[in-house]
Amino acid sequence: MRRVYLDNNATTPVLPEVLAAMQPYFTEHFGNASSIHHHGQETRAAVERARESVAALFGCRPSEVVFTSGGTEGDNLAISGLTRAGDHVIGSTIEHHAVLNSCKHLEAMGCEVTYVPVDSRGLVDPDDVLRGLRPNTRLITIMMANNETGVLQPVEEIGKIAAEADVYFHTDAVQAAGKVPIEVKRLGCDLLSISGHKLHAPQGVGAIYVGKGTLLQPMFYGGSHERSRRAGTENVPGIIGLGKAAELAREALERGDLARMSAMRDRIEQTILSAVDATGVNGEGAPRVPNTTNIHFDYIEGEALVIALDLKGLAVSTGAACSSGAIEPSHVLTAMGLPPEIARASLRFSLGKQSTADDIQFALDLVPQTVARLRELSPVYNRTAVSS
Amino acid sequence: MPQNKTIAVAMSGGVDSSTVAAMLRAEGHDVVGLTMQLWNQRRLAGHEGMPEAVQGRCCSLDDVYDARRVAETLGIPYYVVNHEDRFERDVVQPFVQEYLSGRTPIPCSLCNNHLKFDQLLIVAQQIGADALATGHYARVEFEEKRGRWLLKRPADSSKDQTYFLFGLTQDQLSRTLFPLGELTKPQVRDLARHHGLALAAKPDSQEICFVPGGDYKKFLDAYLAERGDALPDTAGELVTTDGEVIGEHNGIHNFTVGQRKGLGVSTGSPLYVIQIKGDQRQVVVGNQEELYSRTLRARRVNLVAVVDLREPIRVRVKIRHRHEGAPALLEKANSDEVLVTFDEPQRAITPGQAAVFYDGDVVVGGGWIA
Repeated sequence: MRRVYLDNNATTPVLPEVLAAMQPYFTEHFGNASSIHHHGQETRAAVERARESVAALFGCRPSEVVFTSGGTEGDNLAISGLTRAGDHVIGSTIEHHAVLNSCKHLEAMGCEVTYVPVDSRGLVDPDDVLRGLRPNTRLITIMMANNETGVLQPVEEIGKIAAEADVYFHTDAVQAAGKVPIEVKRLGCDLLSISGHKLHAPQGVGAIYVGKGTLLQPMFYGGSHERSRRAGTENVPGIIGLGKAAELAREALERGDLARMSAMRDRIEQTILSAVDATGVNGEGAPRVPNTTNIHFDYIEGEALVIALDLKGLAVSTGAACSSGAIEPSHVLTAMGLPPEIARASLRFSLGKQSTADDIQFALDLVPQTVARLRELSPVYNRTAVSS
Repeated sequence: MPQNKTIAVAMSGGVDSSTVAAMLRAEGHDVVGLTMQLWNQRRLAGHEGMPEAVQGRCCSLDDVYDARRVAETLGIPYYVVNHEDRFERDVVQPFVQEYLSGRTPIPCSLCNNHLKFDQLLIVAQQIGADALATGHYARVEFEEKRGRWLLKRPADSSKDQTYFLFGLTQDQLSRTLFPLGELTKPQVRDLARHHGLALAAKPDSQEICFVPGGDYKKFLDAYLAERGDALPDTAGELVTTDGEVIGEHNGIHNFTVGQRKGLGVSTGSPLYVIQIKGDQRQVVVGNQEELYSRTLRARRVNLVAVVDLREPIRVRVKIRHRHEGAPALLEKANSDEVLVTFDEPQRAITPGQAAVFYDGDVVVGGGWIA
C-alpha cells in the first residue's frame, strides 16, 4: 500500500544527507569528546562544528548553544533552571505540555504562573503579557509557533516587553526551527529551545540557546560538559545530525525553498474547503509557519477520521495522544474558544521537506471521500442534515 | 462467513478478545484492533477511600500494552479510541444515579448498549469495517423463518454473557460477530497458545472495570467528591414489611435487595432487605420468605427474537447474571412495560437489574426491572 506521511509536526524523517553525516560517528569516529587523545579530539571538533552550525541557525555565538536530548529537556531546563519558589512566571494556555507541565510543577513548588489566553485565531496578545507582569516576575515563556495550528506568536513584541521589564524570556521554538528564520537578537529572547527530530535530524537530540550571562541551574549533575550547563557524555551522532540538519534548514530558508511548501499547504486548504462542506481552518487569519494546516470537519470525530485515513495510507493527526495512545481533546483548540465537538473534529496536516505534490494529491483524493463516509454514518451529521 | 472481510475487533487486552483477533486473522480477514479508552484511572486516585496510585483493570495501560502486543504479533493495525465522555455520560452517571435512587445497576449492559455496540460499532463502520467482533461468549445468527437476527446462548453455558447483551438491536446484531460462541474457555486458551499469544494464561477480569477493588460505595463517595457534590443524604428509616419502624439506616445506596449483612439491627431471626423505597428513603426488611415474589415488571424492553408481544408467551427469565433462569409467563403490561409471572416465586428480584427472557438458547428479549 502506498503510504503518505503528512504528520511532520510529530516527527520528520532523517534526511539522507543528515544520516550520511552521522554515520561515521557510530563506528569510525567513536571517541568521547571529553577525551584528550586523538579519538576525543576528532569528536570534539565535530561537535563544535555542529554547534557553529546551530549557532548560525539561531544567529548567536556557538558558546551560547547547549545540546540537549530534545525540546522537552530544553523547555524544562529553561523553566526550572531559572526559577525558585516565590517567583512569578508568565506562560500561555497553548504551550506544549513540556512547558505547561513544567509550569504546573513550578506551581506545586511554590511559584505563581499566569497563563495568558489566546484569541480565536490562536494568537497571544502582547498586552496581556504586559498586564501580567508583577514585581516578582522572573520569566516569560511563550512559544514561537504552535505545534497544532502552526500559528506564529508575536514573540518580538513579547521580547521587547521582557527586555523593558528586565525579565527573562524563553521561547519554545521547536515548531518554528527550520520553518521561519530565527534571529535570537531580533526576538530578544534569553533562551530558545529546539528539537532535532522536527527538522529532519534524529529523535533524541535538541539544542537550547542560552544567552550570554543567563545563569541556569542545571537539571543534571555530573561532569562539566556543555560548560556545566548540561552534564553527561554528548550524544555525538545525534549532535552531528542536528548540525547538518540545521545547516540544511538555514540554506533552505535563505534560498526561499519554503515557498513551495506553503503553496502545497495552501492547496490542501483551498481544495478541502471547496470540496467538503462544513469545514474551516483553525488559526485562519493569523501568521503561520508554512508547513502546517489544522482543519475542522464538523460532525465527525477526528479520531475516527485519522484511523480511517491511516488504514488507507495517509498519516495525519488530531489532538495530542495520551499515554494509552487515545486522543485527548486539544487544549490548544479549546483555548482558542472552539467548542469541544469542533476541537475533536479537527485534523492537522503538516508537511516536511520530503513532501511532494503527488503526496498532496494523494491526500486530496482521499480526504473528501473519507469524510463523506464518516458523515454518512455520523448520527450527529444525519440529525443535523434532517433538521436543517 | 465470506472471506476477506474487513473486521474490527474490540480488544480489551484479555485472552478472549485477543483470541478473536487471532482467529479472524487466521481465517484471512483484514482485521483492525480497537481498544476503547473509557475511564481515566488517575481521576479518582488519591480521593478518600480510593487507592493512592492508579490500579484496577479498566483501560489500564497494562491492558492497552497487552492488546498492542497482540496486534503487533498478529501484524494487524491497532488503535485506541477515546470514548471517556460518552462512557461517563451513559454508564458512570446512570450507575451513580441508580444507586442513589435505591436500585442496583448493571453498568456492563449499559456499556454494551451505548459504547461497544453503538459508539464503537459506528467507528468500526466509519473506518471501513464490515463488522465488529468481540470476545463475548454468545452466538448471533440470522433466522430466515422469522427474518430476524437471533442472539443465542453460547456452547459454553458457564461463560454465557447473553444476559448483558439483551439490548442489542437488529441492526447492531447484523453487524456483530461473536467468534467464541462455539468454544469453551479452555479451548480459547488453547487457541491463544496455538496462535502464539503471550497472554494465553492471563487471568479473567471479574469486577466492574471502573470500580477499583469492587467497592462501589467508596467509588460513589470519590466520584461525587471529585465533582464537588457531597453524597446526597439518603439516610432514613429501617421498616418491616408491616410498616413498623425498627431502626435507622445511613443511606439507601448502601443497600441492595437480598442483603443480609450490615443492617445494624439484631433480631431473633435473620433479616434481609426486601425493598428499597427511594422516594421515602425507607429500607424495608423482612424474613427469608418475604424475599420471594412471583411477579416483576420490566421497562425499556428490547425484543430480539420477536417483533412484539401480542400474545403472552412462555419463557425462562433470568433476573441476575448468576441466576439459572426460571419458567414464567411473559406478557405486555402497557405500552412500555412487560409483566413477568414466574411459576415459582423467585428470591430477591432486584430493581435496576435486567430481566432477560429466553426460549431455550434463544434470547427473546429483556428489560430493566422496575
